[in-house]
Amino acid sequence: MIHVTEVSLEYDTPHGKVLAVDKASFSAAESEFVCLVGPSGCGKTTLLNMIAGFFPPSAGEIRVAGRPVSGQGLDRGIVFQDFAQLFPWRTALGNVAFGLEMKGVAKEERERVALAQLRLVKLEKFAGAHPHHLSGGMQQRVAIAALTREEMQRLLAEVWRTTRKTIVYVTHNVAEAVYLADRVVVMTPHPGRVKAVVGIRLPRPRDPLSVEFLEQQKSLIAHLTRQEEET
Amino acid sequence: MKSVLSVGIFLVVGKTLWAMLGDGTMGRHALNTLFRVFCGLALAAATGLVLGFLMARFRPVERFFLPLVSALMPIPSLAWAPVFILWFGLGNTATILVVFYAATFPMVINTWTGARAVNPLWLRAAGAMGANGGAMFWKVVVPGASPFIITGLRLAFQRAWIAVVGAEMLAASAFGLGWVIFDAKEFLNADIMLASLAVIGAIGFVFERLVFGSLERSTVLRWGMVRNVKA
Repeated sequence: MIHVTEVSLEYDTPHGKVLAVDKASFSAAESEFVCLVGPSGCGKTTLLNMIAGFFPPSAGEIRVAGRPVSGQGLDRGIVFQDFAQLFPWRTALGNVAFGLEMKGVAKEERERVALAQLRLVKLEKFAGAHPHHLSGGMQQRVAIAALTREEMQRLLAEVWRTTRKTIVYVTHNVAEAVYLADRVVVMTPHPGRVKAVVGIRLPRPRDPLSVEFLEQQKSLIAHLTRQEEET
Repeated sequence: MKSVLSVGIFLVVGKTLWAMLGDGTMGRHALNTLFRVFCGLALAAATGLVLGFLMARFRPVERFFLPLVSALMPIPSLAWAPVFILWFGLGNTATILVVFYAATFPMVINTWTGARAVNPLWLRAAGAMGANGGAMFWKVVVPGASPFIITGLRLAFQRAWIAVVGAEMLAASAFGLGWVIFDAKEFLNADIMLASLAVIGAIGFVFERLVFGSLERSTVLRWGMVRNVKA
């Protein structure tokens, strides 16, 4: 059970204060799969980081299982096992970039993307470290950062099916959200706000080519494009 | 009496060594020997790497070469020296071939074992990320087998260094550390023999500690693929 109530986050930049998240509210029931969807800069990842407890909100409250979140905790997070297969001769960055390298992505571009991926798992400071200098948990996070979208999607669907954990998943891919979520929280950028919360009541496993799936996807895209017209 | 004698020998050898180093003769002999070792070692490393990887990758190659390796390996490389001298005459070619013969087998065996010892999870992970033949080989198999390859190089150098001295005694004319010992025998110059032995030992030591030691430190040790014992 996750309750996010009127959560805001403001941070200082050299150009003054920026409101990253503005009074966002939503909740995820026990065993519910909630997707946060929105364009970059809408604060969805920031919101997730606050639920994880990496930093506190400037205002509002986040409760997990009834208790207010203060810092990281064992009640949150996903435990991945036995897929942390990193190459010991490559740095964390080199490991994350491997897949892109195989796809022929240029060095600069793949390192930029890999660094962004590492930032998501809070390991950008360890980009140059070899795996054996990282803890087991950190190695797993590097492995997660190295996963492609599709692998991540499959893994998540699997984890959720078997464990029935409450999941808050961040994406800007609408089809992914419709495929995975019980409810989709649509967010708008500048400042990050919750625009709508849409329930997905399609039976599982979902067929991404079915009429209902495409209808659902269209209505979500409509939410997103409308918001773009407003801005 | 005995101790006086040994101290005396040390003094004489030291003086001879100093003189030979000073006038450059020892340096010239050492350079000749090193040249032969590196020619032989380079050939052996190239042959050993190619053959080892091919044997590990293709069953028919393994089935053809493994018995051959097993049959040729136990033959002392020095036993080939008269044959090579017969075919190629006295000089560098025969000496280098003896070195090559001595150094090839540890390289083949280690590369072959190393390639087969590569963690299958790395291969699977790399395959899943789209690594094909060439990339799989250069970016996964080679670094994955590197602890064995480095050990192979180390052993190959040791065997090459041992072989070159013997080969020079038989096949070289006028230059080389081994030839110095052989030549000194004619005049019963024990001090020159011992001075040459000291240089042989010193060069071997430097390569083992500095060259291969730092190669290991900068690769497999840094990557945590091999570990130093604690304290």
